Amino acid sequence: MRGIEGHTAQLFAAEALTLDSGVMLSSVTVGFETYGTLNAAGSNAVLVCHALTGDQYAASKHPLTGKPGWWDRLIGPGKLLDTDKYFVVCSNVLGSCLGTTGPWETNPKTGKPWGLDFPVITIRDMVRVQAALLDHLSIEKLFMVIGGSMGGMQVLEWLTTYPERLNSAVALATAARHTAQNIAFHEVGRQAVMADPHWQGGAYYGEAEKPDKGLAVARMTAHITYLSEDALTKKFGRNLQARDAVTFGFDADFQVESYLRHQGSAFVDRFDANSYLYITRAMDYLDIARRYDGRLADAFKGAANVRCCVISFSSDWLYPTVENKQIAHAMNAAGVPVSFAEINSPHGHDAFLLEEPEMDQMLAGFIGAAAKSGELEP
Amino acid sequence: MSNTTVPLRPDLKLIADLIEPGARVLDVGCDDGALLNHLVTEKQVDGRGLEISQQGVNACVAKGLFVMQGDADNDLTEYPDGSFDYVVLSKTLQAVHRPRDVLLDLLRIGTKAVVTIPNFGHWRVRLSLLRRGRMPVTKSLTKAWYNTDNIHFCTILDLFELLEAEGIKISQFVPHTKDGKRLSLGTLRANWYADQALFLIEN
Repeated sequence: MRGIEGHTAQLFAAEALTLDSGVMLSSVTVGFETYGTLNAAGSNAVLVCHALTGDQYAASKHPLTGKPGWWDRLIGPGKLLDTDKYFVVCSNVLGSCLGTTGPWETNPKTGKPWGLDFPVITIRDMVRVQAALLDHLSIEKLFMVIGGSMGGMQVLEWLTTYPERLNSAVALATAARHTAQNIAFHEVGRQAVMADPHWQGGAYYGEAEKPDKGLAVARMTAHITYLSEDALTKKFGRNLQARDAVTFGFDADFQVESYLRHQGSAFVDRFDANSYLYITRAMDYLDIARRYDGRLADAFKGAANVRCCVISFSSDWLYPTVENKQIAHAMNAAGVPVSFAEINSPHGHDAFLLEEPEMDQMLAGFIGAAAKSGELEP
Repeated sequence: MSNTTVPLRPDLKLIADLIEPGARVLDVGCDDGALLNHLVTEKQVDGRGLEISQQGVNACVAKGLFVMQGDADNDLTEYPDGSFDYVVLSKTLQAVHRPRDVLLDLLRIGTKAVVTIPNFGHWRVRLSLLRRGRMPVTKSLTKAWYNTDNIHFCTILDLFELLEAEGIKISQFVPHTKDGKRLSLGTLRANWYADQALFLIEN
């Protein structure tokens, strides 16, 4: 394991974790961060679920990049997720590479990194590990589970699998299944990694070279899907990168090229290529309704007592409004108390990470009302 | 959670009076949630809203209400049959694209529906059209024909006729003024003198 700051927990030591694939995983390590204090009743815990390439450093300095937490805007004293009131927990998902068991970590059976011997996982497997972490932290019931994108998918699986452990749930910019287009983009990313000669069938750990080029291309492709066409046009247009004219070559003439190259190369410093394969696969396998004969509403039947909030963003074409609205309608049909809105935003899928006053206002209202109903506040 | 000090608008009070305590209520076009909030706090209903504006949605959510952003034309079809005791459509029928389909959807989703309409048969509207020869722009109809949201105006008689044609039962008919004052008038006279009318309907 690389030197990771923050807490870790050893889970499933006594009883192995049975994955959706049927494979048993004994002993799972989880890297996690906490903010605020758990109250005596244990009723003020908020679980924050991170996205595909996110991590547990939601509101703390990233140990590898030194950058502020990805949801620093939302988590902290006096902020929307007020750490003076709430005990916020964020853990690195199963299969990732920042302290939680994944392909990078050592396979106890061989004493070597798992690589591609690591079992294929699902979003629900990630959630099972989070539930075990809550047991470890003596948190029986969450005040709230919240997440965007893949984090939102985890929120949905919390609602299907552990609804009795939730008071409220917020899913942002997400989907209950991956569409053909979603899978297609992920497959391009995976093929880019696997086409890199340094990938070596996933057994590159300990080698001098990693599949950085392939992973960078994967990130570049994915990054385009996180932004809207408008946002790209506004930010870059056809502007040239530090030059007055095109060079009639394949250098990064355009600013957008330079930007994407930077996104790609910065990403490989903090992420593992095999983890990228495993987590994108987990997202592709998501199809919640399929487990309920195609009726998504049936998936949420156990969540009739959980206050829910689903939010989409108008310019998000990765997990567009129609997907999010379907989730909300399914919840409604299952008798789940749910609010839904499409926030008008030019920022594309990434909007859930950015300054969006209308989203903040809706979340503030939802969290405040949930706190009152849960008697967390007078 | 709820602000009960603000009195309910009289026309909404007319609706609230019809709803039985503890009922499941869907308010279509619930605006800032004033009616729903009243019903939830005063009558302990299980209330849900459908509202198109973000401002309205945020106001509802802040009150602790549950509301879907959407509209009658596009979103009612997503609600399961018989999922509510009452569906409320207050002064919205004239703004939808397919009023007949919406009415049928209300009674598919709800056992009963409360529909209120602005009455286009009111004498002032008729007089305005007669004298000016132009689509009326009045205190309650403030926008011109080309930019109004109200695209399917009807009179009290029109709605009676449609409901009858669809075999829908009218359990209560409450013609009233803009201020929500009940008028004791028969159908024909109401069509001349009522600014608005409330219909409690069921199959």
